Amino acid sequence: MALTLFEDRGTPLDRQRFTWREMAGKPISKLDDDAFTRVRVILMNGLENEALRFSHAAARLNLELRLPLAEVRRVEQHQATMINWLLGADHSPLETTIGYEQVAIEITAALAQQEPDAYLAQNYRFGLLEDFDHMYRYSALLDRLEGKDSNNILQSYTDVMPGRPTVVEHRAPENDLRRPFDRTTAAPLTKLNALTLTAAEHQTHDYYMNIGPLFADPVARQLYAEIASIEEQHVTQYESLLDPSQSLLENWLLHEAMEVYNYYSCVQSEPNTRIKAIWERMLNYELGHLHLVGELFKKHERRDPQEIVGERLPDPIPFESQREFVRETLAREVDLRPHGPDFVSLEEEPQSSIDYRNQLNSQGSPSETVAAGYVWRPGTELSRKVVNL
Amino acid sequence: MQESIDSTRLGANRTGMQTSPVLGKAMLDNTEIDLVEPTMDPQPLAEVRADYIRDADPLGSVPPPATAKGMAKSGMKMMTGNRPQAFVDKLAERLAYERGGTRLYDAAIVKFAEYSDELQGVTVADLEQIRDEEADHAALIMECIEELGADPTAQTPSADLVGIESMGLMQAITDPRTNLAQTLHALLLAELGDEAGWETLIAFAEQIGQSEMVTRFREAEQHEQEHVFKVRGWYESLTLETGELV
Repeated sequence: MALTLFEDRGTPLDRQRFTWREMAGKPISKLDDDAFTRVRVILMNGLENEALRFSHAAARLNLELRLPLAEVRRVEQHQATMINWLLGADHSPLETTIGYEQVAIEITAALAQQEPDAYLAQNYRFGLLEDFDHMYRYSALLDRLEGKDSNNILQSYTDVMPGRPTVVEHRAPENDLRRPFDRTTAAPLTKLNALTLTAAEHQTHDYYMNIGPLFADPVARQLYAEIASIEEQHVTQYESLLDPSQSLLENWLLHEAMEVYNYYSCVQSEPNTRIKAIWERMLNYELGHLHLVGELFKKHERRDPQEIVGERLPDPIPFESQREFVRETLAREVDLRPHGPDFVSLEEEPQSSIDYRNQLNSQGSPSETVAAGYVWRPGTELSRKVVNL
Repeated sequence: MQESIDSTRLGANRTGMQTSPVLGKAMLDNTEIDLVEPTMDPQPLAEVRADYIRDADPLGSVPPPATAKGMAKSGMKMMTGNRPQAFVDKLAERLAYERGGTRLYDAAIVKFAEYSDELQGVTVADLEQIRDEEADHAALIMECIEELGADPTAQTPSADLVGIESMGLMQAITDPRTNLAQTLHALLLAELGDEAGWETLIAFAEQIGQSEMVTRFREAEQHEQEHVFKVRGWYESLTLETGELV
């Protein structure tokens, strides 16, 4: 059943409280919880971090809104903590990385299929095939560095095989910028999808930048450096889909609606009752934020917030394996390359991107090095026979 | 609260492919798996590692005694051998390990207290005794470093490295989800490393003619052998017991 955005007012801001004991609560089980529970945890942490990032930028640009931004931001900080701390410490940083790429693949694939704007959907399919290749490279690293099978994390929901090779994903910046949606004509779902993917990719970038130097192995350090650079390109791509003429308050409103939509989707799909209760609590907190920002929007812009975010939420995001869609996309579009904001065939790729990556790769390609001859096998490539199912 | 037996109960572990045979088959049907021989090409990875090894700087250095006075009274000059700082580095390693080991026991004691009825005939006092001996060993090493005129507050390369080596043990012991048997396994690894560390230190002290230190270190080594014996016994009895309980 679709959620009616402005009928349920959620939890008032002054009742959105946390304790340290709650924030540093029981983690999920890496072994027993469903992989999509971890996908939701990683995704929602990404959205909360985007809320913090946006709110700080907004506060620098607007004196009048600084207090409400600070008040809401403090809650977002604690929401982010409570969610991110759900990841258990038995995940190695590299195992968590596999989780991050599973988020990138499964969520991007899901949003690409529900996206009403054909151009944005094309962008999502394009990014999807690059993250798909990152999964293959990181799986090779996990196997060859830690002796672990990435499918222990993926739980057979997501394929491990090459996508658009990471070595050719490096592009000149002008070929990462896309045409933004038009805020006056775009569907609310289009705006929510673009914000969701921008948020998810941004936290992935930040995560790789933080954990890359924690590795001793030079191959791992190089691979994180390389893929973090692609994630920066992805943030540039997804961010450029956002209409820059949206007002600050319009942007804030959309951020809150995006969080509502995603938490609502989490509530619909979560099998772990303890985690589901957290999603329900967060959903009510975000509805509280949405109403607060809606009132500010009415006061300052004298417009109806429903014009921006719609009356009802779209159907929830499906948190399930998108294997067939990914395979079809891979077969059809792996050779696409961007030329400015457009996608062209392999042969038509601009020389600027080729020159750019030839220089970057001139002392070797980490993603090629780590995965040389790598074919994913159940139980790692050290297993002598393929498991009998 | 869980018991040690809970860590081996049958449950919803989802990591293996047999948990979801339909999805598992789908994983296999889209790969190019050679059913007989995996295709591995480790050479490019090895070459990058080798290239970095050849180009690498060391972790850092051993600091010299801080003052001329320190040098003058330094026991270092009494030592045979040309590089007394190598011995200081190993002393600092033991100091770091013993301090870290004390903290591992601080955490393990809390866990033991919560599971105290699982190990018959063992009390918190037994663990506290080991903990205090680790702390005593740290104090002993600190004295020895000072006697040599070196700086017992410095973190030397070997001291740095045992911190890295022990990180997993610390994570295993402080995780609230690990039970007593799992905690004891991590402690056993720590003690085995500790025992080996003292053996090397004694050999080193003998080689450079530090006979008084050798005597004191032998006493510490004796403690460490007792630690290994006790912790191994507790770990094994608890682990074997979980195979019998219903």
